Amino acid sequence: MTGPTILFEDIDERGLNTIDVYRRRGGYESLRKVLTTMQPSEVVDELMASGLRGRGGAGFPSGRKISFIPKVDVDKYLVCNADESEPGTFKDRELMQKSPHMLIEGIVIGAFAAGATKSFIYIRGEYVEQADIIDAAIVEAREAGFLGENILGSGFGLTLHLHRGAGAYICGEETGLLDSLEGKRGNPRLKPPFPANQGLYQGPTVINNVETLATMPHIIKMGGAEYAKIGTETSAGTKLVSVSGNVQRPGNYEIELGISSREIIYGLAGGPPEGRAVKMWFPGGSSSPVLTGDDLDIAYDFNTLAQAKSMLGSGAIIVVDDSVPVVSVALKLAKFYKHESCGKCTPCREGTRWTVSMLERVDQGLATPMDLDIMASVQEQIIGNCLCVLGDAMAMPIGSMVAKFRDEFEAHIEAARARNPWAGEGPPDPDPVLVQGASGA
Amino acid sequence: MIGRRKKRAPEAVLTPAAERRPAGFESHRDDVPQREVARFGHGSRVPGWDDAVDLEKDPAAIPDPATTPVPAALRAEIEAHMAKYPDFRSAAIPALAAAQRVHGWCSPEAIWQAACVMRLTPGYLISVASFYDMLETRPVGRQAVYVCTNISCSLCGADELLDRFKRETADDPDFNVRGFECLGACDIAPMASVNGIYVGPIRTDEVPALVEQIREGLPPLPGKQLHLRKSTDPGAVRAPEEGR
Ligand SMILES: Cc1cc2nc3c(=O)[nH]c(=O)nc-3n(C[C@H](O)[C@H](O)[C@H](O)COP(=O)(O)O)c2cc1C
Ligand code: SF4
Ligand code: FES
Repeated sequence: MTGPTILFEDIDERGLNTIDVYRRRGGYESLRKVLTTMQPSEVVDELMASGLRGRGGAGFPSGRKISFIPKVDVDKYLVCNADESEPGTFKDRELMQKSPHMLIEGIVIGAFAAGATKSFIYIRGEYVEQADIIDAAIVEAREAGFLGENILGSGFGLTLHLHRGAGAYICGEETGLLDSLEGKRGNPRLKPPFPANQGLYQGPTVINNVETLATMPHIIKMGGAEYAKIGTETSAGTKLVSVSGNVQRPGNYEIELGISSREIIYGLAGGPPEGRAVKMWFPGGSSSPVLTGDDLDIAYDFNTLAQAKSMLGSGAIIVVDDSVPVVSVALKLAKFYKHESCGKCTPCREGTRWTVSMLERVDQGLATPMDLDIMASVQEQIIGNCLCVLGDAMAMPIGSMVAKFRDEFEAHIEAARARNPWAGEGPPDPDPVLVQGASGA
Repeated sequence: MIGRRKKRAPEAVLTPAAERRPAGFESHRDDVPQREVARFGHGSRVPGWDDAVDLEKDPAAIPDPATTPVPAALRAEIEAHMAKYPDFRSAAIPALAAAQRVHGWCSPEAIWQAACVMRLTPGYLISVASFYDMLETRPVGRQAVYVCTNISCSLCGADELLDRFKRETADDPDFNVRGFECLGACDIAPMASVNGIYVGPIRTDEVPALVEQIREGLPPLPGKQLHLRKSTDPGAVRAPEEGR
């Protein structure tokens, strides 16, 4: 058993993206309950009691996050992070495409709890179909009186606009997202001040992931305490996991937090193709340190994965089977982070670049095993020294691959050197790069 | 963009970029000869990936509406976007995207027109346009095909798929085929976004037919579009010949 189905209950119902079908399924009832019978602080209490943790990557308790919003009389904002660019993640897409009203209902509830009167959905520009669906849903919700002024006669008003991005992973980082939403380059900001105090247009701002917000109506419906009974003590509730890579049944699955990872990878997703075994897997998107085939029995929840020195992240499981060389995975990953580094701070901008160069040397037979140590030290220099965690997001998985598959890296170096006509003579054309321009992501 | 700048001899003859740069080349090296530089009417450079900024030029001022004609529909769209936000500058990305739809890329006209409506300097909008992957700072083909080559897709054969796409469209300037980072549809890997429509899994031998459909303006691989897929499809077992 994989536990109760909450978010995906009716997900494949035809027409769920229209307000009629959504309401027939009990939609917007939680919002009615909130606006007609509850105070904002009571909503926050329910969220705290539910133990809901952010589904976007960091896993921060969502009730606490809203409670940080200062109770002052200024314009406050709620921003829904629908940038979803973490490689391997495609759960928000499913929710937005099939059940946009669940997200809108969550946004209104979240905004009410935070006292926000203006809200935005920042969706990645590549999601054209999904953005059109949400635009249509916003119009429907406004006409039905769930958005706009004086919603359901409660005196609470909220505007909601969809903002389409234009393709940059870093705009998923919350402060990069805010800058991008303000119409600038999406460079992350130095924290503190945190967005709860000075976010969008310098106003107090809550930023939540799509899945986090979409869960809020369900928490109100079933009650926070009831929701907290699902999952484990520290990781309450269900989670959407996106399973992809070398598996037979890739897709989105809703699981109860705390079930075994093997059950997800083999039970739900069918495991790797016939005759192959799991070599390594990313438990929470490409930014999470890899685990190996030996770790399949660990429980899939925030704390257990953290103890295993990895993380649940966005809940995207990428499975790599034993036919794939680890070096090619590492190189692919490093190139992605190099491309997406915004260039604002040095350890990330230069570190991602050098990591790519070093992995290319490994692949071309120009490296020696000592390069692996240098590469590992570069990763150490990156971790904790960057403005945002994109740098760490490359350093952690690459570091874990070098540590866990060092033998294979060394064998790869040997084999590549044997093939390489210049082996031992160093690179034929030393690359004299001294300055790298900020690579706009 | 900070790069080492070298004074170029004024008589330096520039050969067209295409003759020197292999496709997909990106470098910040200055041992690579300068490519031909596209310039705006008043002499400033058109923005590009790693062109150094010409600091000797005066910055362009906010375009004068009297001398910058803007199509009425574009103006209306940009103004509608500006009205949505507490700060009108938030409309920069939607405005550039709208201008790009009209002009095909963020050309000097596109930037100047958006800047004229938004009452911002072209430089501001150029700085925004050069940050985002989907805003094109060089002329490109009309048909945008983004082939995802990130990790999950490449585990399922995306690199071969991109190669095949590039070969099939090599002599057709109407195509803008790009390798792209994860498009958020790894469940249909290997996949591509064809003018915004997600299709996959695409077998390499389906590429010629798909390219033909795009040329004809037909729906791309109608049976394999993402919106047809169930979220959790127990029957979605991949046939062994698909993907890898
Ligand atoms: C480089 C980077 C990329 C991120 N991308 C996303 C993203 O695409 N979607 C998302 O919801 N959160 C993303 N995050 C996490 C956000 O910064 C933020 O923690 C999250 O939106 C908070 O929402 P939550 O509390 O609901 O999880 C990213 C973080 C970093 C550092
Ligand atoms: S860590 Fe990387 S992406 Fe983040 S601010 Fe620094 S350079 Fe930009
Ligand atoms: S890796 Fe290709 S869509 Fe995610």
